[in-house]
Amino acid sequence: MCEVKVITGTSAAAEAARLADVDVIAAYPITPQTTCVEKLAEFVANGELDAEYVKVESEHSALSVCIGAAATGARTFTATASQGLALMHEVLFIASGMRLPIVMMVANRALSAPINIWNDHQDSIAQRDTGWIQIYVEDNQETLDSIIQAYKIAENDDVLLPVMVCLDGFILTHTVEPVTIPKAERVREFLGVYEPKHAYLDPDRPITQGPVGVPDCYMETRKQIEDAMERSKKVIKEVNEEFSEWFKRKYGNGLVEAYNLENADTVLVAMGTVCGTIKDVIDELKKEGKEVGLLRIRTYRPFPKEDVKELLKDAENIAVLDKNISFGFNKGALGIEMASILKNKKICNYIVGLGGRDIRIEDIKTIINDVEKSEDDKTAWIGLKE
Amino acid sequence: MVTIAAIIYEPGNSIRNKTGSWRTFRPILDNNKCVKCENCYIFCPEGAIQEDENGNFKIDYDYCKGCLICMNECPVNAITKVREEK
Repeated sequence: MCEVKVITGTSAAAEAARLADVDVIAAYPITPQTTCVEKLAEFVANGELDAEYVKVESEHSALSVCIGAAATGARTFTATASQGLALMHEVLFIASGMRLPIVMMVANRALSAPINIWNDHQDSIAQRDTGWIQIYVEDNQETLDSIIQAYKIAENDDVLLPVMVCLDGFILTHTVEPVTIPKAERVREFLGVYEPKHAYLDPDRPITQGPVGVPDCYMETRKQIEDAMERSKKVIKEVNEEFSEWFKRKYGNGLVEAYNLENADTVLVAMGTVCGTIKDVIDELKKEGKEVGLLRIRTYRPFPKEDVKELLKDAENIAVLDKNISFGFNKGALGIEMASILKNKKICNYIVGLGGRDIRIEDIKTIINDVEKSEDDKTAWIGLKE
Repeated sequence: MVTIAAIIYEPGNSIRNKTGSWRTFRPILDNNKCVKCENCYIFCPEGAIQEDENGNFKIDYDYCKGCLICMNECPVNAITKVREEK
């Protein structure tokens, strides 16, 4: 029997790390992530989780501890948000470069200045090119499920890359929802024991990890990461299927989720919790006889190019929602990427919800009307004050 | 074939790992032109130039990184360069 708890997104993430039986946790508190590591500290203190809980002085150190631990073959977990993720920036490359399957929860939050603790995606989008897999979730159940899946993906021999599971700050981190908690034994059986073949600490088999990468070999290590990202697409899809066989829940094909795409000329493309609002609008419009579709991008890295091309081949009006902005280009990250892979399509980019600005049902309807009326590509900021 | 994350699985490789592979240009010393002034030996930042038992100067290509300081310092142009083929 599964247990259902009414919990926040951060608690769901902590439950997932407990179920995954992590060996080492190192984290530094930052809103809106803090409640996740508080919950984990509680699990360790109560004896519900047998893990080393390392208290550090910064996020830079938190990830560095996870790297050191993962290099010995330990299963590790950390969590952060916003400025904390920005402070981790240089260490993110080391985790992926050393091919360590670390899993991190990111509570998506805007970046200062002005200081803002509310949700947008600028923090994790800014880490796009660090070699981390990024999964954007829609609800608390998906947070728990994705963290469990993340270990299975990261530790796969064909992947061996760290994974960020990104959930919208406050919208999920501080909102309670019913979450089904699988049995710990089942999760442990599903994940199996992590036995690293490439990175381990064994005095009888000494190795050097993180050596100098001279011009003779550095470029090959970069190509290896790119190849692993490419292979991870298949692994993410397989893990999504396998997870659904074990736990009866799945998320699209793992990389993308299509919602009412058939017969819809107008399609919205988005990531994270705003997809829930969009689905409500789609259902409402359907009752009025109007068909609108949603393509939810679940993995921003690896980017599901092939699925996007295939699923949007008949779409006429494409509205891409971005909770981030690339200053000086007046587009969001998703908008830029969609435009680069879909040729000869009308793609309008909508900048929404920066720093916690609400995205309401009316805003989604405005976007749908606007993209249908637009004659050409454009970028618009939605919900700006006069 | 580069290993995953360039991890080194065999200890003691620093003895085998010849840093001369960093070189872009290879200095060539013509002992017929050399006047044995020792400038190259003194200026070489890697200690990669040594005098042999016959009094000739020899460049140790295992460790020469191709900085060409020796070529620059040679007063009789006894040292020339060729591009390494990689």
